[in-house]
Amino acid sequence: MKNIQKIQDTAVVEPFVCEAPNDMKKAESWTDNIKYLIVGILFGIVFVKAEIISWFRIQEMFRLQSFHMYGVIGSAVVVGMISVFLIKKFNIKTIAGETVDFHPKKFQKGQVYGGLLFGLGWAITGACPGPLFAQIGSGYVVVIVTLFSAVAGTWTYGLLKDKLPN
Amino acid sequence: MNQLFDFILQPWPWYVAGPLIGLTVPTLLLIGNKSFGISSSLRHVCAACFPADIPFFKYDWKKEIWNLIFVLGVFFGGIIASNFLENPNDFVLSEATINDLKALGIKDFAGLMPADLFSVETLFSVKGLIFFVVGGFLVGFGTRYAGGCTSGHAIMGLSNLQVPSLIATCCFMVGGFTMTHLIMPIIFKLF
Repeated sequence: MKNIQKIQDTAVVEPFVCEAPNDMKKAESWTDNIKYLIVGILFGIVFVKAEIISWFRIQEMFRLQSFHMYGVIGSAVVVGMISVFLIKKFNIKTIAGETVDFHPKKFQKGQVYGGLLFGLGWAITGACPGPLFAQIGSGYVVVIVTLFSAVAGTWTYGLLKDKLPN
Repeated sequence: MNQLFDFILQPWPWYVAGPLIGLTVPTLLLIGNKSFGISSSLRHVCAACFPADIPFFKYDWKKEIWNLIFVLGVFFGGIIASNFLENPNDFVLSEATINDLKALGIKDFAGLMPADLFSVETLFSVKGLIFFVVGGFLVGFGTRYAGGCTSGHAIMGLSNLQVPSLIATCCFMVGGFTMTHLIMPIIFKLF
């Protein structure tokens, strides 16, 4: 109980901001969560079949020698934009009947510094966080080290957060 | 039916894969009011396993468990696609990229990943330290500092017309170009 209170206290000091928050008001059970597993599986299959997990494809992209990755990201953004526009315009509700929440982002220096650092890492590892999981699933076991290191990087950011310009 | 299956086994073109990835945005929003983003899973792992009294990791990660289930799904998707939907043909890479990478010393172009780098033997070398340990660290540190990765900023953020996400996406690209063209040639000279 004391612990919960502590968590709530810190939550007041530090509002929980996350780029992929759970905005569902109703609590979800384990069986409800199977939906996300299925979407994740389909997403992982697309990653592998479109060769987005390939280190070589990322090199092609940064060397401007293939349109493939630009086509993937560009068309994904267009489809995402149209979807968000339609959801807002027609106030489409979730299957649980809730209004969809959108989160405006505030500009912070971290988007520049962090963005540049992530870009450096993206080009050497050939992976952003999503493909890391799909690469491991595809049998590239050494990527487990990359994943652990990425968790360590996230942890280090959490530790140093207040000392970094933002 | 066979034709369809043959098509599925081929590498998927961008105009099939891109829209499918884009559709993840409304799917997650409508099935559970979830904003798409993957790098937060790394934060939830920290919060669940090693919070170490750091305020940044003190939150109710169980409420965000869907994100961990989603990445578990991505892992399973990788297993399924690589074992049951494997491309029967050779991996095709642009000639120019092959030449550039050959000049850097990469020899193996058969798979999705260069076997010269992504092998267990490499892991215990300077190369492995840079490509896996330093690279992974930059991915984890950078995405959290930027508040998102390619999915949270480039796809979800841009879909929602967020200027900070556009800035972040441009910085991702600048970082990637810098590594590829300026730093990587130096790294490859180290061994």
